[in-house]
Amino acid sequence: MFIRPRLRLVPDNTRIHFMRGRFMGLLVSAILSTASVVLFFYPGLNLGIDFSGGIVMEVRTPGPADFAQIRTALASEHIPEQGVQRFGDPAEVLIRLGSQPTEAATQVAVTRVREALEKAVPGTKVLRTDAVGASVSAELFRNGLLALGISLVMILVYIWFRFEWQFAVGAVVTLILDVTKAIGFLALTRIEFDLVMVAAILTVLGYSTNDKVVVYDRVRENLRKYKSMPLRDLIDLSINETLNRTLGTSMTVFLASLPLALFGGQSISGFAWVMLFGIVVGTSSSIFIAAPILLFLGEHRLRRESKEAKPVAPS
Amino acid sequence: MMYFSRLKTMLILGACLLGAILCIPNLLPAPAAWVPWRTVHLGLDLRGGSYLLLEVDMKAVVKERLDNLVDAVRQALRPGSIFYQTLDAQPDQNRVLLRLRDATKLDAALAALKPLISTEGLTGTPDMDIASTPDGTITLTLSPVALNARAIGAVQQSIEIVRRRIDETGVVDPQITQQGNNRIVVQLPGIDDPDRIKQLLGKTAHMTFQLVDEAAIPNANSGTPPPPGVDYLPMQDNPNQKIAVRKRIDVDGGDLTDARAGTNGQTGEWVVNFTFNSIGGRRFADITQANVNHRFAIVLDGKVISAPVIREPITGGRGQISGNFTAASANDLAVLLRAGALPAPLTVVEERSVGPELGADSIRAGAISLGVGFALVIAFMAFFYGLFGWFANICLVVNLVLMLAIMSLLQATLTLPGMAGILLTLGMAVDANILINERIREEQRNGRPPLSALEHGFQRAYSTIFDSNATAFLAHVMLFVFGSGPVRGFAVTITVGIATSLFTAWMLTRLLVSRWYIATRPQLLPV
Repeated sequence: MFIRPRLRLVPDNTRIHFMRGRFMGLLVSAILSTASVVLFFYPGLNLGIDFSGGIVMEVRTPGPADFAQIRTALASEHIPEQGVQRFGDPAEVLIRLGSQPTEAATQVAVTRVREALEKAVPGTKVLRTDAVGASVSAELFRNGLLALGISLVMILVYIWFRFEWQFAVGAVVTLILDVTKAIGFLALTRIEFDLVMVAAILTVLGYSTNDKVVVYDRVRENLRKYKSMPLRDLIDLSINETLNRTLGTSMTVFLASLPLALFGGQSISGFAWVMLFGIVVGTSSSIFIAAPILLFLGEHRLRRESKEAKPVAPS
Repeated sequence: MMYFSRLKTMLILGACLLGAILCIPNLLPAPAAWVPWRTVHLGLDLRGGSYLLLEVDMKAVVKERLDNLVDAVRQALRPGSIFYQTLDAQPDQNRVLLRLRDATKLDAALAALKPLISTEGLTGTPDMDIASTPDGTITLTLSPVALNARAIGAVQQSIEIVRRRIDETGVVDPQITQQGNNRIVVQLPGIDDPDRIKQLLGKTAHMTFQLVDEAAIPNANSGTPPPPGVDYLPMQDNPNQKIAVRKRIDVDGGDLTDARAGTNGQTGEWVVNFTFNSIGGRRFADITQANVNHRFAIVLDGKVISAPVIREPITGGRGQISGNFTAASANDLAVLLRAGALPAPLTVVEERSVGPELGADSIRAGAISLGVGFALVIAFMAFFYGLFGWFANICLVVNLVLMLAIMSLLQATLTLPGMAGILLTLGMAVDANILINERIREEQRNGRPPLSALEHGFQRAYSTIFDSNATAFLAHVMLFVFGSGPVRGFAVTITVGIATSLFTAWMLTRLLVSRWYIATRPQLLPV
């Protein structure tokens, strides 16, 4: 344990023909992404108040919460709630109100909920209040999309600059497919989509790019090393050579995210689940999506200048 | 590649040591005020507190400017007996529209209005544009440059007033900053019910002293439109009852230097005592002298607090407002008057408040996750990479220390997503070591002797490490630019973490490996 490694994730010198499964990989990915797009429209994302506007209050009642009582109390004050539900502990309640017509009305509503609760269940503590006006929520949504879009463009340009355009297109198409799947996952699990989720998706994006760059980097190196090897074999070789690293890094990031999902508390566990999902998707897409796209795009072009070159033995 | 000069070794170790020293302020209280004691701040989601996003009502700023312009136009035309059919502010078009009764006086009117144009600050561009048509219509349009300057001024002034008002409430360590063009972020640590502060900030607190138009009083509640130069304003404690007040502002609340709540010696009721500066005091004296036995309205934000009869001239520059106050409302009014009026109304567009209990829960949850995640990653590296895994683990600890050091230096804010970011960074930081270890292993398998395998392993891994981190770095910089609140905290920790992990992977790992190699000279590398 202290000097020699105890275990290997995969044996050295594996010769798995990943590219044989390229159509299968693309097909499965296409199906999943299509399903995700469908899920995005129906039932759609469970938008958090960051993006939908409205009010969320988390309160703790002195004893186990009586949800009916709280609902009645709010109804008698003519406060139209959109949900009174348990939040973790039996004494903790999450109250949701929809977007209010004006910013001032939002503030009034917060005060009225506080007063109604204090009257109905004395001793109730408000643990958290989030109130987001309609104009801010629209802006947050726009900024979230902008961050996502600009990140993708910058990744495209960076990889183009450092590699060839085939690599950049392969990476960005794969990333878009990854992001759609993450959105499908969010729609399916009904995890609330808020600003933290945009952060999660961007992190998945960063992680996934990182993974692709490592494989691409090896492809680039092998292109120089094995001048006559068919691209298909060369990509297979590159994936096999980096397989231990690919799986190793996925494991460490997975292990780092797992405790967040399990112990991180309500507000952060959603983030962590998206991360865990993203790691699995991002790792597999490096092998089954990004690499096949590179193969299709680069079959003839990446080899153009080296047609007549003599085979060179690995140094 | 594997050779480190003594100087380089010292520099690398020195950087690590410096990092450790910079972390100390987070553990100990500051020994003295003069010692630079920079720490990581806990975000409001962890320590409990309120985050308010306020928006300055820019339409009101424009409208006020136009209203003043209408007044100025009226006064400019009066001496030349130039009469007009209509004189209106049109806020949608940023202009004042004037239609003369007699089109032949157009030139005279233009000449009279010309002095109203002033130039704007440093650029010297005129602040408005006067246009006319032969039928006697004149428009005075405010220039965008002037409006922009006014808007910037309004936001900056609002920030100052908001700060003064919040300081009066005794909140410890509030942070007030501008966001975007017309928004103000107010962060209030330790406040989980910001109701009182929202109330204080929700008032413009523009106080004026205006004479009551006694002739028009009987019609004030009749619903008929007021005569020119008079407004029917509601009473503060009874909005249904209106009182006729002359539009002319005799003394402005801006001329107050102090306001304190107190009790009236005779009646015992709560009052606000105020003091004018010399200009305000003189004007107040003049007005009260000329209007003994007339009523004087004290108007706050368009509502009349009280309209007492002037019994005698008030020449000392001091006065008293009474108006059915309680101790709390007298005190609030005094605070508002002392802090000054906001140039425009503020609206709360976003509120996030976290109670201290929830904050403590979040810290606990974050700490447990961090501990467990850290342990899992360390165990993984030790298991799968042996000695070289332990090199990575040492780097991981140093990485954590350096991250904390840089965040302390930047006085960055640690939020719950930020803690998640630290954990993810640790997971990703070992990626560099995994790349290096795998590469060294591969080079050795290809038949290189140990030293050569190390040299090539590090060199080849380096370009991969750089490319793979650069893209992740870009994504998180975008998140910082476009994110807000806790999400920014996440972006900060990850970008800092990527930078420190590049240092530890490239410098520290190599140094450790080279020292180990020189000390043991192994025949075979245990990777």
